[in-house]
Amino acid sequence: MTRGYRSQLAALLKRDLKVALRRRSDVINPLLFLFMVISLFPVAIGPGPDILARIAPGVIWVAALLASLLGLERLFRDDYQDGTLEQLVLLPCPLPLAVLAKILVHWLLTGLPLVLIAPLLALLLNLPLSALPVLLITLLLGTPVLSAVGAVGAALTVSLQRGGAVLSLLVLPLFIPLLIFATAAVESAVFGAPVFGQLLLLASFSILTLTLTPFAVAAAVKVSVN
Amino acid sequence: MKGLLQHRKLRAPCGIIGGICASFNKGNAVISTPSLLHAEGLTSIRSERTLFSGVSFTLGRGELLHVEGPNGAGKSTLLRMLAGLFSDYQGAIKWLDGQAATSEEVRRQTLFLGHKAGIKAELSALENLAWQQQLDGVQANAWDLLEQIGLLGLEDIPAQQLSAGQQRRIALTRLWYSPALVWLLDEPFTALDRQGIQLLEQRMQEHLSTGGGIIMTSHQRLSVPAATILLGAEVMNYD
Amino acid sequence: MWRWLHPYAKGEATYQLLGRWLPWVTALALLSLTVGLVWGLAFGPADYQQGDSYRIIYIHVPAAIFSMGAYAGMAIMAFIALVWQIRTAEWSIAAIAPVGAVLTFIALFTGAAWGKPMWGTWWVWDARLTSELILLFLYAGVMALYYAFEDARTGAKAAGILALVGVVNLPIIHFSVEWWNTLHQGATITKFAKPSMATEMLWPLLISLLAFALMTAAFVMLRLRHEILRHELHRPWVREELLNPKSASADINSQQEQS
Repeated sequence: MTRGYRSQLAALLKRDLKVALRRRSDVINPLLFLFMVISLFPVAIGPGPDILARIAPGVIWVAALLASLLGLERLFRDDYQDGTLEQLVLLPCPLPLAVLAKILVHWLLTGLPLVLIAPLLALLLNLPLSALPVLLITLLLGTPVLSAVGAVGAALTVSLQRGGAVLSLLVLPLFIPLLIFATAAVESAVFGAPVFGQLLLLASFSILTLTLTPFAVAAAVKVSVN
Repeated sequence: MKGLLQHRKLRAPCGIIGGICASFNKGNAVISTPSLLHAEGLTSIRSERTLFSGVSFTLGRGELLHVEGPNGAGKSTLLRMLAGLFSDYQGAIKWLDGQAATSEEVRRQTLFLGHKAGIKAELSALENLAWQQQLDGVQANAWDLLEQIGLLGLEDIPAQQLSAGQQRRIALTRLWYSPALVWLLDEPFTALDRQGIQLLEQRMQEHLSTGGGIIMTSHQRLSVPAATILLGAEVMNYD
Repeated sequence: MWRWLHPYAKGEATYQLLGRWLPWVTALALLSLTVGLVWGLAFGPADYQQGDSYRIIYIHVPAAIFSMGAYAGMAIMAFIALVWQIRTAEWSIAAIAPVGAVLTFIALFTGAAWGKPMWGTWWVWDARLTSELILLFLYAGVMALYYAFEDARTGAKAAGILALVGVVNLPIIHFSVEWWNTLHQGATITKFAKPSMATEMLWPLLISLLAFALMTAAFVMLRLRHEILRHELHRPWVREELLNPKSASADINSQQEQS
């Protein structure tokens, strides 16, 4: 039985990645947006390296959050419109599992590229090199949370004509704990303070979110498909 | 789940309202075989309006039920209810020995095709077939299927460049390999040309003759013998 | 228990029940509000440290507590609505959310007004103020989602899921904000340790708490009644109720007596 699920989930992953690769601009545009947002800050605040290093963790994380919102609306939108979402609900495999596959796709397309270009962003904002590994770890632990919590909002608003604005309204407050945990860890690293405990806290938050949200997303998908 | 169903049954005094007629004449039912699906007293209220109430019917092996009614009578809603996509109803739906639509076994035994084709516009016919089959857990020769459905030669073109009828054919290919016993088809003939319709009716006949069951909506007259569920001659308010 | 609760899944029975209780709850709310606030604001002793400005506590604290209480109530209703698909529970989400949001706003507003004389600034990113602000965002989200759908039922269910996600998140938000606040302790703000309250101050506070609870309940009941009427407008009992309220409720009573 579980092997059956696995091949189904693999098929879902493969399909969605293939579709995404046919629409490359959807993957690249959020990254460009992220880049531009980050380059706005030195212009607006001033190029002093000390100030930039001070605000870098927060700026990178806020920009990451906004960038993930961009792709979020699309997460279930296409599936809803072409009818594959209702087929997803009708699969014999449990819906939370199928939804987890969708979340994974979203992370691979938005979260992972973000982690990959983070060193460049850190460079632009003059983040001390010693804090870079911690920044990367927080992004690795935190971006899946962005995808998972975002998926709840995306699933709730998928059937709305203009769900984008409502989506940000729903999701942003739920991101606040993540923002706090992640930036606190990076800031501690900037000041040379121990960060292990904070990373553990972030990790546990991440695990908790990833275990619980698929059920909420599944419930939301069912309501939206109705 | 079981509790939920019972609870719904408790809340269903819908027979009393009895506004909209649900006529059903037993067509070519084989009485001795166990039924695939039994629905009793289905009532749907959407946006404070009764779509239909007190609809009861049984689907036996080798039977085709044709859901008819004017636009907005709740035909799609009824099919989605049966598929388990729509849970906001009163009454009871019992699948294959009293199971709920959401049970895994029932999911395997039913195939629902809705208004929307359910294929990915960015992918070609071949790719669409590939993921569909993987999700359905079936391995069939894709080329044979494409030939049968009449899409040979178009297999590599992204579906968004095909016509609506051709896209519909990709979606309908599932009917040629799916092991499901019960088909729930919502307007399957939409956008099909005459030859496509004929092809589909042939396939339906085949499915029925092997003991399957079909419930479908369509504004077309069917050449396959069918029993009728008539929904809502008029759309009514409460009482 | 179910047999007792079941009739109230129906709009009409709930409407009549709320109608019978509402005058009493409203009267008690007004009474306790008058007693609590007059006692607290006019007759209670002044604080030895904060003088008279502490008196806003009689509004601030109850509003803050019941802004969270209302959220908890809304989440419970959301759970009932999603699991048992009871419509009155769905409507009570819409009935509670704005009341809770207003309480949250009052708490924030009075908090700011209290902050000015105490801390010298209208707004500080104090842990409690921040979590209260996030609570306001959550209420806003629930309301936005509830009214975003054309089909009211879908909206109610969507809002219910969001309310439940929010209620799981609230402790995490609260904890994280508190932790964040201790990390970023501002230099100018020092929280004085609160001495335990004198009984002359405690009594009016308790009465205000009771008053806010009753007031919240009264507003929610009133809104729920309207919500029921709005949704069941097509039903004959509503027409009867609106044209001739006395006889309709008498009918219900006599029916209940018979059964």
